[in-house]
Amino acid sequence: MKEEIIISGFGGQGVLSMGKLLAYAGMKEGKEVSWLPAYGPEQRGGTANVTVILSDQKIASPILSTYHTAILLNQPSLDRFLPKIQPGGTLIYDTYGIAKPPSRHDINIYEINAMDAAAKLKNIKTFNMVILGGLIKVNPIVTIDDIRTALYETLPERHHHLIPLNEEALRLGGNMITKVSFGI
Amino acid sequence: MNLQKYALMKGNEALAHAAVRCGCDGYFGYPITPQSEVLETLSLLKPWETTGMVVLQGESEVAVVNMLYGGGGTGKRVMTSSSSPGIALMQEGISYMAAAEIPCLIVNVQRGGPGLGTIQPSQGDYRQATVGGGNGDYHILVLAPDSVQEMADFVDLSFQLAFKYRNPVIMLSDGVIGQMMEKVCLPPQKPRRTEEQIWEECSWAVNGHNLSRRKPNILTSLEMDPHVMEDRNIALQQKYERMRQTEQRSESISCEDAEYLFVAFGSVARIAEEAVGKLRQQGIKAGLFRPVTLWPFPEDKLRSYLPRVKKILVCELNSGQMISDVRLAIDCSRPVEHFGRMGGVVPDSGELVDAMLHIIG
Repeated sequence: MKEEIIISGFGGQGVLSMGKLLAYAGMKEGKEVSWLPAYGPEQRGGTANVTVILSDQKIASPILSTYHTAILLNQPSLDRFLPKIQPGGTLIYDTYGIAKPPSRHDINIYEINAMDAAAKLKNIKTFNMVILGGLIKVNPIVTIDDIRTALYETLPERHHHLIPLNEEALRLGGNMITKVSFGI
Repeated sequence: MNLQKYALMKGNEALAHAAVRCGCDGYFGYPITPQSEVLETLSLLKPWETTGMVVLQGESEVAVVNMLYGGGGTGKRVMTSSSSPGIALMQEGISYMAAAEIPCLIVNVQRGGPGLGTIQPSQGDYRQATVGGGNGDYHILVLAPDSVQEMADFVDLSFQLAFKYRNPVIMLSDGVIGQMMEKVCLPPQKPRRTEEQIWEECSWAVNGHNLSRRKPNILTSLEMDPHVMEDRNIALQQKYERMRQTEQRSESISCEDAEYLFVAFGSVARIAEEAVGKLRQQGIKAGLFRPVTLWPFPEDKLRSYLPRVKKILVCELNSGQMISDVRLAIDCSRPVEHFGRMGGVVPDSGELVDAMLHIIG
């Protein structure tokens, strides 16, 4: 098993944290993991992205040019990374951030209105957890339990009271994610 | 496998944790991307409250390198980290420390150059590190980590080598290794050496100990008599020769039967390892030779694979720097080609596969 993932969106959407939770949860399952951010000024206002690899084998290169799974949360990210999804791969996008829907027929496409869900939960910062919940619903590479453990072990204790809300967001994301009809 | 012992962190963070854990006495630094997490992590860890390690942000890299000179001169384990333009500012001090034989650790998390360049990964400082960016005939021992684990493991190794040879050691890393997160097993916490232990290990140090029972030690790079300076140069060269004979380190992946060899270090070695796998799937006998010490260059091991090797492709994030050392090591006895990206661009394994297929012809 080797899962090659790109998560890309605006700086501030929680792209890097989502990737870190995924990598941490994978590590807890005994997998090899790598997390490589695009670092630099592009994180301020522009796109932020992170490449995450989870694998049963040693990971040689952390640098990827195509991806099995892409989570694309704004139009610039979709324009840039849509052509780089491997045939048969998976695209998850947030309907709020995308003006021009993706048009590829050789990949699985899922949409999720995470902005609405986060507003429903009365905490806009749960946006990334809604998306993450959607991802692990359609591609169960890690479990909600793993992510809960990751949250407990990576968040400072003063934020632990927010973990049940995050768990709710994960479950809501899992319920909301919808397959778009023009995918395979 | 005990999963509890693993942490998930950036190479820069692992370096900071390892520094505290291996009993480092002092870190002096100045922020610069892509290594700012080192000073940041040390400030979070507050080792001055636990091990007593000093963490100080200097007013500039020039100040920092001279703090290393002072701290290292007292026999303490001192280190700094910076990125390419910052390391350039330190070169005068590095030459002075090589001359005065002062041990210390300098970590360069390289970014694109020349000049201020970019903040993205590069290996453009290979020559600066291996043949000396400062003045005079000197060498620095250079280690090239290729993973977050090695960013942690090489800290203690660097200090051991620095004190064994009384010489500065450079860890030549890059933006990929500094910024990426991987799982890492941090070294156990060692106590810092006591003053008595420092005195036993470093009788050359200028720390005021045992003054009543010895002549004062002098650490300087200045000498007015050229004949005395020549003798010091000869002694330094003899030391470098001992380092050449004893400290060559490398990693070999699928080299035993390799006909087409990648030579790459640091992050590029990881990409080349993936390329080796892809070429092997096509039935091509590819291998990867990874220098772990860039100086001394591991020429003996590289030469040992020559009988089967037909062609060599050196891959670097520069225009072709290590390639000279590869050609020298094998006396140009095989065709040696180069593939490089520059300025902060990092290739994927597909580009390396294509480059190798191109030279195979």
